[in-house]
Amino acid sequence: MIDALNIGLAGLILGLALWSIVAREAFAAVAGFMAYGLLLTLVWVQLHGIDVALTEAAIGGGLTGALLIGAATRLRSTEAAARAERPGTAVRWLAAGVSVAVTAALAVGVLALPVPAPTLAPDVAAQIAVTGVGNPITAVLLAFRAMDTLLEAIVLLFALIGVWSLAPDRFWGGRPGLRQHADPNGILAYVARVLPPIGVIAGIYIFWVGADHPGGKFQGATIMASMWLLVMMAGLADAPPISRTWLRTLLVAGPLVFIAIGLVGVVTADAFLAYPAGIAKPLILVIEFALMPTLTLILGLMLVGAPKRGPLP
Amino acid sequence: MSAATLFGLCAAALIGIGLYGLIVNPHPLRKILAFNVIGSGVFILFGAIARRGAAAGIGGDPVPQALLITGIVVAFSATALAVALLLRLFEETGSVTLASDAPDKTQPGTDDA
Repeated sequence: MIDALNIGLAGLILGLALWSIVAREAFAAVAGFMAYGLLLTLVWVQLHGIDVALTEAAIGGGLTGALLIGAATRLRSTEAAARAERPGTAVRWLAAGVSVAVTAALAVGVLALPVPAPTLAPDVAAQIAVTGVGNPITAVLLAFRAMDTLLEAIVLLFALIGVWSLAPDRFWGGRPGLRQHADPNGILAYVARVLPPIGVIAGIYIFWVGADHPGGKFQGATIMASMWLLVMMAGLADAPPISRTWLRTLLVAGPLVFIAIGLVGVVTADAFLAYPAGIAKPLILVIEFALMPTLTLILGLMLVGAPKRGPLP
Repeated sequence: MSAATLFGLCAAALIGIGLYGLIVNPHPLRKILAFNVIGSGVFILFGAIARRGAAAGIGGDPVPQALLITGIVVAFSATALAVALLLRLFEETGSVTLASDAPDKTQPGTDDA
């Protein structure tokens, strides 16, 4: 029964992936991609990666889909010209041949994976007690491989700076995106008033349980960011100008706290990002609390895009 | 067939599908979309390998799973940057063609936009 479900799921995913490649309109392709992202969530559940499933649903399907839908709408007028540039039959066949070859090589690799599979799960299970957290993923993200998470937070910050830097000179320091005007009595404004309190609690809950159960700061921050985006889209709040000091302070606070705690580890625990014995859990919580607003702001602002209005109102 | 093998093979196919789209779709937004399909295929392949590493009462090897979370978030930030670049190109030139022999694009909103 489960096998049949899995095969059906794999078929649906392949079909949607194919659709998102061959669909004529970019909008239809992105719609297919969003459904694909949501179905991937089920794949992650089948692969016993509940934390990854939450991330995929929030970021892979949700935020990426919203970003691409927005771009597809803006770029609709360019599609006809692109269609005229479609490569000829020979190139298409060559591309199909290359793709099939890559897939075949990977499939051979999948079928020839070593048995028993190499795994670090026993090491994590043996060491998790010293971190004080109960969720092995969180232990890996913030203790055993904390460097990855630190660099990821910095990559996100740099990506946001990259997006901002694409603003024309005259808009530098201004508000990102365009002011949204929605009917103040319409359904969007209504949802944007009713949903955020629930969404914010859900986001904080997912953030908080991440220590011991599936969840965590990325998933929680995505939910918080989407609530913020909803309020902005309904025209109830405007995006802050990117020159605001409070905004810039919060954006760098998370990575800076992370680096500071890492440097303290050099003195007290003999290694960068090592935590002194006994207080690992409180330090992990401090890092997560500092990262949460940073991630919420970065994820939200990255979707809004580059500044489009001057610094003066 | 175990779920890990099935979805591992599915991921191999997704990478192929995405690669095909990346090569043949001339529109940059469709290339970004295809690149995300490749990316999700790589993630699932990695996740299938993590699933095979289930041990010590944990359903999958938590180290690759944690790296996957990092990877998905970084993939989103790269996509956001690529889309921002594309929209800026569109605002500057009125078209988004990548063709090297494209007509003069310095005048916004001319013929092919």
